[in-house]
Amino acid sequence: MSDDLKIIERITQEEYKYGFVTDIEQDTLPPGLDEDVIRKISSIKGEPQWLTDWRLKAFDHWKKMTEPDWAKVSYNKVDYQSISYYSAPKKKKELASLDEVDPQLLETYSKLGIPLEEQKMLSGVAVDAVFDSVSVATTFKEELSKAGVIFCSFSEAVRSYPNLVRKYLGSVVPYTDNYFAALNSAVFSDGSFCYIPKGVRSPMELSTYFRINASNTGQFERTLIIADESAYVSYLEGCTAPMRDENQLHAAVVELVALDNAEIKYSTVQNWYPGDKNGIGGIYNFVTKRAACRGNNSKISWTQVETGSAVTWKYPGVILQGDNSVGEFYSVALTNNFQQADTGTKMIHIGKNTNSTIISKGISAGKGQQTYRGLVKVLINADNARNYSQCDSILIGDKCGAHTFPYIDIKNKSAQIEHEATTSNIGEDQLFYCNQRGISTEDAISMIVNGFCKEVFNELPMEFAVEAQKLMEVSLEGSVG
Amino acid sequence: MIDIKNLKVNVEEKEIIRGLNLSVKPGELHVIMGPNGAGKSTLANVLSGKPGYDIIGGEVNYLGKDLLEMAPETRACEGLFLSFQYPIAIPGVNNMYFLKASVNAIQKYHNKPEMDAMDFLKMIRSKLKEVDLDEKFIKRPVNEGFSGGEKKRNEILQMITLKPRLSILDETDSGLDIDALKIVSQGINNFRNSERSFILITHYQRMLDYLEPDYIHVLIDGKIVKTGDKKLAQDLEDKGYSWVRESMGSN
Repeated sequence: MSDDLKIIERITQEEYKYGFVTDIEQDTLPPGLDEDVIRKISSIKGEPQWLTDWRLKAFDHWKKMTEPDWAKVSYNKVDYQSISYYSAPKKKKELASLDEVDPQLLETYSKLGIPLEEQKMLSGVAVDAVFDSVSVATTFKEELSKAGVIFCSFSEAVRSYPNLVRKYLGSVVPYTDNYFAALNSAVFSDGSFCYIPKGVRSPMELSTYFRINASNTGQFERTLIIADESAYVSYLEGCTAPMRDENQLHAAVVELVALDNAEIKYSTVQNWYPGDKNGIGGIYNFVTKRAACRGNNSKISWTQVETGSAVTWKYPGVILQGDNSVGEFYSVALTNNFQQADTGTKMIHIGKNTNSTIISKGISAGKGQQTYRGLVKVLINADNARNYSQCDSILIGDKCGAHTFPYIDIKNKSAQIEHEATTSNIGEDQLFYCNQRGISTEDAISMIVNGFCKEVFNELPMEFAVEAQKLMEVSLEGSVG
Repeated sequence: MIDIKNLKVNVEEKEIIRGLNLSVKPGELHVIMGPNGAGKSTLANVLSGKPGYDIIGGEVNYLGKDLLEMAPETRACEGLFLSFQYPIAIPGVNNMYFLKASVNAIQKYHNKPEMDAMDFLKMIRSKLKEVDLDEKFIKRPVNEGFSGGEKKRNEILQMITLKPRLSILDETDSGLDIDALKIVSQGINNFRNSERSFILITHYQRMLDYLEPDYIHVLIDGKIVKTGDKKLAQDLEDKGYSWVRESMGSN
């Protein structure tokens, strides 16, 4: 192995720095899944009957389904009866304000770099903090409500805005959609809800920070974002988990709806625990994310930076129903050590003059395996649909892999579809060229990788872009081989 | 500046450089000529520290230090510059960003303050003029989609920006049309002074129409077999390398 490769290996083997566990008293349901567990979750949350029934229907459906195995990932199957479906920090009493949040939770989030005390927060970002199964705090609620923006935990939305929830829940991802979506619909515990009313631009970025803490549990959160006519919102999602030798399941559902002239920008920095360098432990991230551009001239962008998780299975898509609607997907996925990712997007063109863009950047290092899987579908009445897809992969070292599966299904002759794909290596010649100009191998790799990801990072909100860049550097540590 | 003594280098068990001696003083321009496979590029790569070469003998003293002990980036920071024969593309990395990272890596090595974007831009604009390149050029990704001439001019741009003590120019003349050849040569001439040394590797004497070399060396089979002045290059051009081989034989 050359020196460069040794450096790559070292760089990509940096420790995961969010791997601590918060020692806090939690109420956790015993492991196992049956109708009683679902009724129990629903009753803890004080849900109306219709929602309990919906969960039970989803559970019924799930029982008839089989776990999908078409993805290019291999892992030990989850024993769904051996995990707990609900775990929440013990609550002393109802919280009236943030000051009453358990100081241990505040400390946890501040250790993660997400201070929940409003005066310490970045101005311009409201945070909903989800800890295992429940939302523990939402900041800037008052300021948002002045603008008419609703931003709260999913449980609170069910209580306070049942009509909105009932109207949109499952309208983009029905519980019949897939195995993990069905499971989530049956057992989801919390998540974030936001509604931006007609004509309102959200005065600040909204974000949810997901944290798995308890062991032997699954996290099943649900996010629902609705942008009413001519509304705009930018939403960020971050996630981390402790380091554990067992694999933990995270099966979330995210639904976005944009009505006429509305725009939603959804950014994710996914940094779940990826497992150790021998592939032990890590999160199974089996997530269904889908957006509906339901109104004319609506626009939805997904931007994701995926550096964590042992196994990722995720295809944020956009259903372009409204005429002239626009869907975008910008993705950077990094797999190092034994991480596996099968990720991509689905763009379904239904309305006329719809336009979609897919920019996917995959980085594989160590023994990481990565797959881009994307579907571009143009329905028969979708006149003048346009899609541009670009899928680039970069390989660091010689033990990793990159694969691309683009599916294209066109039923309308006026469609214009472009697909470009490249795969390249960070070659020793590139590294030597940088070295010869005084640049160290570590800096050269991060420069090349960042250059490779730039198109996607440019789509992230500023603070996130800086964060993402740093995260890439850390995630790559030890990868040069 | 640099003293190479009895250097022996193997590539995949094959002897490429077999006891090479060369001494370059500050301010001198040495030209190394030789047929294909003589070991010219190997010499350039070994001096700049490219991995993949087995150094089996000899020593190289550079500014009083053991060059062969230094990491490639340290050699660069110590003022050794290689103008690549085939500069490699780095897609996605902006040329200016790259050059600024390079300047600042070297500044940092010497415990000097890093340059900010404004100062850098000002400085690079004047350098661009010297090699007759447009400002748009530095906003493109490093070497990506550059023509042969642009790549070589970019190497010279890097050289005059980084201000190395010793520049090794590996076939900088190949792939250049006559206008570009003049611009590149002019760039080198403007950059020459009594402190800066050059080793120019080439097949042809045509670049020497524009430069004033102090010595011409002929490298054959991994050894310098003949040294002379500018006239030697002309003789080689007229008579070919077989003439040197023959004269060696007759010796």
